[in-house]
Amino acid sequence: MTHQQATPARRAAPGASLRRWVRSGGLSTLVFALPLVIIFGLFSWLPIAKAVVMSFQKTNLIVTQWVGLQNFQDVLADPLLGIAVRNTVYFAALAIVIGYPLPLVLAVLMREVRRARGLYSALAYLPVVVPPVVSVLLWKFFYKAGPNGVFNTILGGIGLGPYPWLQDPNWAMPSLVLAATWAGAGGTIIIYLAALTSVPPELYEAAEVDGAGLWTKVWHVTLPQLRGVLFITLILQIIATAQVFLEPYLFTGGGPNNATITILLLIYRYAFQNSLGGNYGAATALSLMLALFLAAFSVLYFRLTRSWSQS
Amino acid sequence: MKSTHRVLGLLTAGTLSLTSLVACSGTDSEPEASDSPGGQTVLKVVALLPGSTQEAIDGFNAQVAEFEAANSDIDVQPEEYEWKATTFAAQLAGGTLPDVFEIPFTDAQGLVENGQLANMDAQFRSLSYADKFNEAILAAGTGADGQVYAIPAKNAYPIALTYNRSLFSSAGLDPDTPPTTWAEVREFAKKIADANPGVAGYATMTQNNTGGWQLTAQTYAHGGRIQSVDADQKATSTIDNEATRATLEFFKTLRWDDNSMGDNFLLDWGSINQAFAAGEVAMFTSGSDIYTAMVQTNSIDPDIYGLAPIPLEGADPAVLTGGTLAGVPASASDEVKDAAIKWIDFYYLSKLVDEKRAVEDAQTLVANNQPVGTPVLPMFSQEQYEQNMEWIKDYINVPLDQMKPFTDQMFSLPLAGEPSQRTQDIYALLDPVVQAVLTDQNADIEALLKDADQQAQALLDQG
Repeated sequence: MTHQQATPARRAAPGASLRRWVRSGGLSTLVFALPLVIIFGLFSWLPIAKAVVMSFQKTNLIVTQWVGLQNFQDVLADPLLGIAVRNTVYFAALAIVIGYPLPLVLAVLMREVRRARGLYSALAYLPVVVPPVVSVLLWKFFYKAGPNGVFNTILGGIGLGPYPWLQDPNWAMPSLVLAATWAGAGGTIIIYLAALTSVPPELYEAAEVDGAGLWTKVWHVTLPQLRGVLFITLILQIIATAQVFLEPYLFTGGGPNNATITILLLIYRYAFQNSLGGNYGAATALSLMLALFLAAFSVLYFRLTRSWSQS
Repeated sequence: MKSTHRVLGLLTAGTLSLTSLVACSGTDSEPEASDSPGGQTVLKVVALLPGSTQEAIDGFNAQVAEFEAANSDIDVQPEEYEWKATTFAAQLAGGTLPDVFEIPFTDAQGLVENGQLANMDAQFRSLSYADKFNEAILAAGTGADGQVYAIPAKNAYPIALTYNRSLFSSAGLDPDTPPTTWAEVREFAKKIADANPGVAGYATMTQNNTGGWQLTAQTYAHGGRIQSVDADQKATSTIDNEATRATLEFFKTLRWDDNSMGDNFLLDWGSINQAFAAGEVAMFTSGSDIYTAMVQTNSIDPDIYGLAPIPLEGADPAVLTGGTLAGVPASASDEVKDAAIKWIDFYYLSKLVDEKRAVEDAQTLVANNQPVGTPVLPMFSQEQYEQNMEWIKDYINVPLDQMKPFTDQMFSLPLAGEPSQRTQDIYALLDPVVQAVLTDQNADIEALLKDADQQAQALLDQG
C-alpha cells in the first residue's frame, strides 16, 4: 500500500519526477484515457475539424478547391434559408408551448399517484423506446387525411373534421410537433420524476398543514425547487428543436410546398439532394453557422438565467 | 498482486488503444480487389427493391446460384437497392455502393465527369453484341472520350399512363378504352372519385424530385420543354411555358374543382406504386416498366393493372423517356470489373440477345412467380425486341392483353430524352411547385412558374 505514496522530502534526482508521476498513477490514467481520447478524437473532433475546413471549400469529395467565404454567401443568399429558419423557429415555439409544460404536468400528476406509479412511468417512457422510424410510420398512418383516416374517424365521432394533417401547409408543422412531443415527452418526464424525489417532503407537508391544494403546492413548492432542472431541460429542448430533422424528413420531406423544411433538412438537401454529389461546402457552412448560433445562444441563456436558477 | 493488476490493466488499456487505432485506420483509395478466402472474387451487386416479396427474393437467389455455378471464381453478394437521388448521393459520398449499381440515364455523364465511374470500355467491348446496341441508349453511358463507362442494362422506358381496371369498371368505364386526351383523363378521374369515395381518380408524384420529373413528363406531353440547349451547350430554362402552365392548371382543376385527386399529396415513386396497388389511386403517370416493381414489392393483383400511352396534345408533344444503366465504382480493381461485366451480361443483357439465356431466365422467373414480358423500350432494335418476345412467349405471365393500349403504339411514340443539364436539381425545385398547386387553393401558378424559372436559370448559369 505504502509504496504508492511519494516521499516529498527527498530531493528529486533527474527523471525522478517522471518516475514519481508514473508511480502515482499518471501513466495508468493516460493509458486508460487513450482509447477514449483516440476514439473521441477520430470520430467526433476530426469530423468537426474537417467540416470547418470543408465549409471554405467547393468539393464533391473528389475535386476540391478553396472558395473562401463563398459558401457562406451562397447559403445566406438562398431564399430557402429564410423559410427554413422561420419553420425551425415555428417548430421550436410550438414544441415549447405544447411539449415543454406537458412532461412537467404529467410528472407532477404521476408523483401524486399513490399506486402503480412504476406502471405509469413505464407507459410514459414507452414512446421513447419505440424506434423513431416505426413511430413515424404509425403516426403517418394515423394522420391519413380524408374521412377514413384514424384520427379523422375518431374526431368525426364527435363531429369534428376531417382535417388535412400533413397534407396542408398550415396543418403540417403542428402535426409534426404533436408526434414529436409524444415521442420525446417520456424522457423528460423521467428527468422530472427523478428531480421531484429530491424535493424535501417536509415542504409539501408544511404546505398541506397551511391548507395548500395541489396547484398551490406545485406553484410554491415544486416549481421553485425544480427551477434548475427546468432551465436545463428548456435549453436542451431549444437546442434539440433547432436541430429537428427526423420528423420533417420522414413525415413530409419538407413539404407541402416547403412548409416543414427546417435548417437541418436544408443542410441535408444541400449535401444529398443532387444524386451526383451535393454541395457539401454549403452544407457544412450552414452547419457551422447553426452550431455557432446555438453555442452563443447557450452562453447567453446561461448568463441570463444564472441568477434565477441559483436564487 | 497489486503491481500484477496494474500491469494487466496497462496491457488491457494499451491493447484497446491499439485496437481502436487499427479499427479506425481506413483503407486508402487503392483499387479494391475483394477476394474471399476461397480465392473467389467477391462481387457486390444490386438486388431487388427493399421490401420485395419472398418469391421475388427466391427468384433472384436462384439466378445468383445459376450464375455462380457457371462462374465458380465469383462470389456474388446481393444488396437491396432502390435508386433515390438523396440516398444515392449519400451512398456515393460514403463509398458504400455495391460493385455493380444502377443509375438513371441522366446521371451517367455527371458521374463520368466527376471520375466516379470505372472505365468499362474494354470489358464492354468483349461482349459479342456490343456493336448491336441502340446508339442513342449507349450514348447515355459513354463519356466525352468515347469510352463506355456505364452500360445500358436494366431497361429503357417511356412514361405511360398506368390505370386501375377495376376502378374503371366500378365507375362504369370500359377498362379496355383508357383515356386518350387530358380532358378524358379529367372526366374519368372525376367519375372514379365520385363512385369511390377516398380514392384518387388521378394522382401525381410530388416528392424526392419525382414531382419535378412527372411535371416535366406531362409538360412534354403537352408539347412543351423545360430547358433548351444551344450548340455551345449553353442551357436556358424554359420552365415558364404554356405546356407546364397547362399541366399545373390541369392539376388545380382536378384537385380543387373536381376533388378527384384524393387526399395524399406527398407521394414519390415507391409510395404512389404502393397506393396504386392498394386501390387508392386509379390513374397516374410513370415509367412503362413499373408493373415488375409492383409485383415484386407491392403484391399487386394483376387483374387491376392497365397501361396506356400518356395522352399527347399541343404542338410537338413528346413522350419523356428514361432508363437505367449499370455502373461500377471508379475504385474497382480489374478483377472486380471483369467479374462485373460477366454479371451484367448474365443478369441484364444476354437474355435479350441469346435464345438459350432468354428461355433459361424466363424459366427461372416463372418458377418463382416473377413477371416475364413487361413492355419496355428495345435496348437494341425493334426486331431484336420482337425476336426476344417470341423466344419467351410461352413464359410471358404479365397481363399483356391489359397493356395492349400501350403496346399497340409503343413503337410509334414520339420519344424525347430528359433535360440534359442540372436535371435532378431542377426536378427538385419543381417538387414544391406541384405541392403548392395541390395543397394551396390560392396558389399563384404564374408566380410559381416565374420563380421556378429564375431559380432553374440560376442553376444552369452555375454550369
